[in-house]
Amino acid sequence: MSTDPNMFRLEVREWLDTNCPEEMRSPMSSEKDACWGGRNFIFQSEAQRLWLHRMGEKGWTAPDWPKEYGGGGLNREQLKILNQEMKRINARPALYSFGISMLGPALLKYGNEAQKLTYLPAIIRGEIRWAQGYSEPNAGSDLANLQAPAVDKGDHYLLNGSKIWTSYGDVGDWMFCLVRTDPDASKHQGISFMLFDLKTPGITVRPIKLISGRSPFCEVFFEDVKIPREQQVGELNKGWSIAKYLLTHEREMISWTGLSRTGSDSVSKTATQVIGKTGDKLDDAILRADIVRFEVDEMAFALTIERARDEVKAGVSLGAVSSWFKFFGTELNKQRYNLLMDIHGSEALAWSGEASDDGKLARDWLRTKGNSIEGGTSEIQLNIVAKHILGLPG
Amino acid sequence: MALVLTEEQTMLRDAAKDFLGSRAPVLHLRQLRDDEETQGFSRELWTEMAEMGWAAIIIPETYGGLDYGYTGLGLVLEESGRTLTPSPLISTALLSSSALILSGNDGLCEQWLSQIATGEKLLSLAFEESAQHRPASVTTQAVSEGDGYRLSGTKLGVMNGNSADAFIVTARTRLSDDPCEGVSLFLLPANADGVKIETTQLLDNHRSSTVRLDGVFVSSDQLMGPLHDGYPILKKTLDRGRIGIAAEMLGVAQESFDRTLQYLKERKQFGVPIGSFQALQHRAATLFGEIELCKSVVLKALQAVDENSDDIALLASLAKAKCGQTAKLATAEGIQMHGGIGMTDEFDIGFFIKHWRALNQQLGDSRFHLERFARLRAY
Ligand SMILES: Cc1cc2nc3c(=O)[nH]c(=O)nc-3n(C[C@H](O)[C@H](O)[C@H](O)COP(=O)(O)OP(=O)(O)OC[C@H]3O[C@@H](n4cnc5c(N)ncnc54)[C@H](O)[C@@H]3O)c2cc1C
Repeated sequence: MSTDPNMFRLEVREWLDTNCPEEMRSPMSSEKDACWGGRNFIFQSEAQRLWLHRMGEKGWTAPDWPKEYGGGGLNREQLKILNQEMKRINARPALYSFGISMLGPALLKYGNEAQKLTYLPAIIRGEIRWAQGYSEPNAGSDLANLQAPAVDKGDHYLLNGSKIWTSYGDVGDWMFCLVRTDPDASKHQGISFMLFDLKTPGITVRPIKLISGRSPFCEVFFEDVKIPREQQVGELNKGWSIAKYLLTHEREMISWTGLSRTGSDSVSKTATQVIGKTGDKLDDAILRADIVRFEVDEMAFALTIERARDEVKAGVSLGAVSSWFKFFGTELNKQRYNLLMDIHGSEALAWSGEASDDGKLARDWLRTKGNSIEGGTSEIQLNIVAKHILGLPG
Repeated sequence: MALVLTEEQTMLRDAAKDFLGSRAPVLHLRQLRDDEETQGFSRELWTEMAEMGWAAIIIPETYGGLDYGYTGLGLVLEESGRTLTPSPLISTALLSSSALILSGNDGLCEQWLSQIATGEKLLSLAFEESAQHRPASVTTQAVSEGDGYRLSGTKLGVMNGNSADAFIVTARTRLSDDPCEGVSLFLLPANADGVKIETTQLLDNHRSSTVRLDGVFVSSDQLMGPLHDGYPILKKTLDRGRIGIAAEMLGVAQESFDRTLQYLKERKQFGVPIGSFQALQHRAATLFGEIELCKSVVLKALQAVDENSDDIALLASLAKAKCGQTAKLATAEGIQMHGGIGMTDEFDIGFFIKHWRALNQQLGDSRFHLERFARLRAY
């Protein structure tokens, strides 16, 4: 592809024109439209399958990863152009993937060559869906307290114990997992980072039902699970660094939930449609005041993400600021759904039936309550900001 | 435009920081107050600031300015917010220059802008008529008479009114159902017959004047912009001013926060630094984030003015509202987290909350701009 930005844009436009199926050029209407790939995924349409296939072959599901591992090899400017062009035609993301947003960056940094060549291309093509095995019953905010023991047996490790709150543990193919390989070392030492197929004998997965009535997360039990040696990533007992590195990526990803919905999807537009106006003002003065405070923060947050991206481009590293993004973005999203519930009034209370799409709004609202818990709670993010950005003691 | 400073802009900001830090730290404000200096700022310092080019930043080169743009002026304002340095940066260099430039009146620009640029002349906007910010309620009358107009009315809250050589005044030249129509702008020398100026010392030691116009005659060449249609110029001028004030409030918030953070690390109670208490840590971390939001909003708004974007009004209200709220929080937390010493006059932190209070009020407080933000977004 061309190095000249204008030429590149034309090439992208042309490629999308021929390769993005018509059905993939509209906003998603439900969660089912999101393509997660993996061996258990049931495509909603041929168009969805084709779109993933073509984007995967092109490497544009991971546009800025190196070409040698199947990525798009784009620089930042090209990446921006690709995103703009996709947005221009309303193209849906071809793939949603923890492999791309979380594991990939960690593998690129810490994996050996053989591991990169094995896993990255498969992630890019959407062939493996990953689950994150971090939390345990006694290791949540205090993640380093995790216990699941993996004992060295020569050519493999033998894993026991359990994980909890594993998102998509029931539909995932593989797990990236934190395990304890040295029970005698201090808690941050002795942790290792391993990858394994969830079909490996000895693994039981049990879904947990959420307050939203959905069960996207699970408990995962291990009983003498054999993990081949070559599936351990990075240095043995040094998995905590990988764990933390991956978390910064997870937090950035989650913080995007705070980003503005554009146009007709905005809270104020919804309010004017549902509640109506007298003259040129929304019919509920206090609600209007609540909405404007929210939208001021929403816009300020979007601009701050824009600024952070521009700073990264200019060579400034974000570091612990991702914790603040995670905190603020998720708190915003919770506010957004609180307002949407208020706006829709009694209609927002429906839990089942076609009119409410099986209580979608109520369930989505309940789901947002987890935003400030998953990936590290809001309180933990504020602790990180206080210590690592502000340098406060203790 | 990327939301980062260019190398040149960073240099300007650093130069401003150095200059203000050495020539006009918070102590300078304290001395002006204690010496009961009646102008509220130092004319000498203003001359030096003008020598640095700060009075000329937004003025086009044809009128002796630097034509360096609003982003540049915003950076200087942000730094002057950190040091709480009183000066006519907002009243003259930002607001009055903007109004002149936007009016497109070449004769008046020629006459005044070059002398603003050198720091010789000071101008102030005189447009408020009530204690609330209501730029469209103009009762001051301008009645046509011979080759000019006779102006009568009272203007309130004129920043640095007692130092101004001239005022830019709004007056009604035609009655209309729409209050934004029929308003004209005039440039009025402060020493004209019938002008009476009464000046008040404000809580932050800045000066604000009431300007009474009692049948003051101005010739028609003092009319800025189109007859009856001066309000659009005022509106654009005010938006530029709001963005500049937001930049200054960002500086106020940042400095107040930096000082407080330092104190959290130094002050010990229960045998440990108070900054180790989580209740304070989380409030500090939250405040850190609010200030980050303000940085983005201010930079975007300043760039929007330089690019003459369609979003200036929305971004001005966003910036003024957000920075007003954040500086309020930062200065109040500043006092609370300092404990008793924060309440003493001897200690500087109290100056920050006083200046915030004045800045927040000027050109519309946070609530005014939240209201306007909603209206601009059609709800
Ligand atoms: C929707 C959802 C999806 C998830 N998906 C996954 C997944 O895929 N994989 C995975 O491994 N995990 C996942 N998690 C787990 C998540 O990471 C943990 O729930 C989270 O880290 C909190 O741990 P905990 O639940 O044990 O709560 P606790 O740590 O017990 O926290 C309870 C409360 O105490 C507060 N608290 C704890 N320590 C401190 C402190 N030092 N200072 C101040 N307050 C403190 C917390 O903020 C919280 O309010 C998911 C969670 C949710 C809700």
